[in-house]
Amino acid sequence: MSGVSPTTPTDPPVVQISGLYKSFGTVDVLKGIDLTVREREVVCVIGPSGSGKSTLLRCVNLLERPTQGVVELLGIDVTDPDVDIDRVRTHVGMVFQSFNLFAHHTVMGNLILAQRKVLKRSKAEAEEVAWANLRQVGLEDRATFYPAELSGGQQQRAAIARALSMNPALMLFDEPTSALDPELVGDVLAVMRDLALGGMTMLVVTHEMAFARDVSDRVVFMDDGVIVEEGPAAQVIGSPSTDRARIFLKRVLDPTHIDDSEIGETEPDEPAD
Amino acid sequence: MPTDPNSPALLATRPRMSPRKKAKISQAAQYGVLAIVIVLALKAMDWDKLRTQMFNVNVIASMLDALPRAFANTLLYTICAFAVGLSLGMVLALMKMSSVGPYRWLATAYAEFFRGIPALLVVLSIGFLIPILFGIKLPNMTVKIGIALGLVSAAYVSETLRAGLQAVPRGQVEAARSLGLSQSQAMRSVVVPQAFRIVLPPLTNELILITKDTSFVYLLGLATSEYELTKLGTNALNQASGGLTGVVVVGLVYLIITLPLGHLARRMEKKNARQR
Ligand SMILES: Nc1ncnc2c1ncn2[C@@H]1O[C@H](COP(=O)(O)OP(=O)(O)OP(=O)(O)O)[C@@H](O)[C@H]1O
Ligand SMILES: [Mg+2]
Repeated sequence: MSGVSPTTPTDPPVVQISGLYKSFGTVDVLKGIDLTVREREVVCVIGPSGSGKSTLLRCVNLLERPTQGVVELLGIDVTDPDVDIDRVRTHVGMVFQSFNLFAHHTVMGNLILAQRKVLKRSKAEAEEVAWANLRQVGLEDRATFYPAELSGGQQQRAAIARALSMNPALMLFDEPTSALDPELVGDVLAVMRDLALGGMTMLVVTHEMAFARDVSDRVVFMDDGVIVEEGPAAQVIGSPSTDRARIFLKRVLDPTHIDDSEIGETEPDEPAD
Repeated sequence: MPTDPNSPALLATRPRMSPRKKAKISQAAQYGVLAIVIVLALKAMDWDKLRTQMFNVNVIASMLDALPRAFANTLLYTICAFAVGLSLGMVLALMKMSSVGPYRWLATAYAEFFRGIPALLVVLSIGFLIPILFGIKLPNMTVKIGIALGLVSAAYVSETLRAGLQAVPRGQVEAARSLGLSQSQAMRSVVVPQAFRIVLPPLTNELILITKDTSFVYLLGLATSEYELTKLGTNALNQASGGLTGVVVVGLVYLIITLPLGHLARRMEKKNARQR
């Protein structure tokens, strides 16, 4: 059960992170991360809440400034203060847990805004790109809708289309399905799977183990600000070699654990005595 | 036969008024009181007095000539004060969000000060004190009242604008930045348009308050050409046997301005609620 797009060590790296530290005040969140993602590679990051997964992703496109270390994107060290970070960011798409579609624009407006303002594309050109991406995520019939008029799954797919409209070399996903109703998760994952099959380079933080297993070339297990385990999905998810990974995966995968949480949700309805 | 006094069967058979019936009786009583009050008021009212003292045709006729001018002046003073309040309020809002401490303190102190004193005092100070203290002669009444009410309004407007800007979720800026927009582009294309919608209803309400506060201008002593609605109305009180007709007339004219604005503000609020 290997990834969908086998890569070789000779593929050029899209992201190369070395010795990355990040602290907020006195709290050390990332404590020395080394990670390389090569062209066409899909890397999934898993790990418990608070382990620094989001922070790692946000350091890649400099939504957070690394405290120490180097992040090279397409061969450019983005931590260099002289780098035009706005320029670099156009090559990196980011998809957020909470969608973050622009509330005052329609879906089409969302997809063309940055194309027009940043890439200086003409309206016609930007819309053509937008339509192609809306088709890809199955939302051609929602172009004139406002975000508030869409389901969570539709909003997330629109957000993916918005990121794709900038023709990024790399897509970052931060728990893209965590805010969705269970029945809407599949649509979003299907879009991401198609993207992976199409050869997009992806760095994905997710709790969807089936997706990580079936789609990713590599799985990275993070805990407490460091990468604890890294390797093919079958190895990291199937037979983890560290206790920390085993405990985490048991909690995520164990069906009795899922049952527990479901009982927990219905508990308030039952008599307390 | 159940012995537990709280058992459902017993509760159901215990005679008591249903909540629905109770609500109906209470409502009927309220209508009854209202009807009695209205009937008594109508009976007690002297209808002839009402006509001569509040809707005196002669007084109304005498006011008609000057009314358009006064109406226009009220609007002019309002717009001028609002323009000052909005511009200064915007500067103060940016100061409040500045990373430079003294800017924040100054803006906060300003807002506290002008929200804490009566607008009437500010109008008097600007109208009389400033010219005396600084030897500046403010060119005309529009400028005087515009500055005075604008200074007060800016205190409120700055708070409204700051709250509006900060009400736009951080994720909106992060999404914009992650697409390559610069900080200022994100501000202009994403934050300000959304904040604008949030602040439009409260700003409309501020406009209503200013419209009413322009009445303070009469304190500064007005030439006939500078009369606004309140001055016109109170002047008409001096007419023999006209009663309150003057203030009734201008009161109605104020409502012609303020009611539609209030309606507009509420409609925008509802629309915003739907879009979120
Ligand atoms: N802006 C910030 N200021 C202070 N602390 C922060 C900030 N952002 C993150 N942290 C802290 O960093 C730690 C890691 O956060 P992060 O969001 O990266 O975790 P995560 O692995 O993504 O968790 P989750 O699965 O819950 O999303 C947390 O303890 C968090 O409180
Ligand atoms: Mg996170």
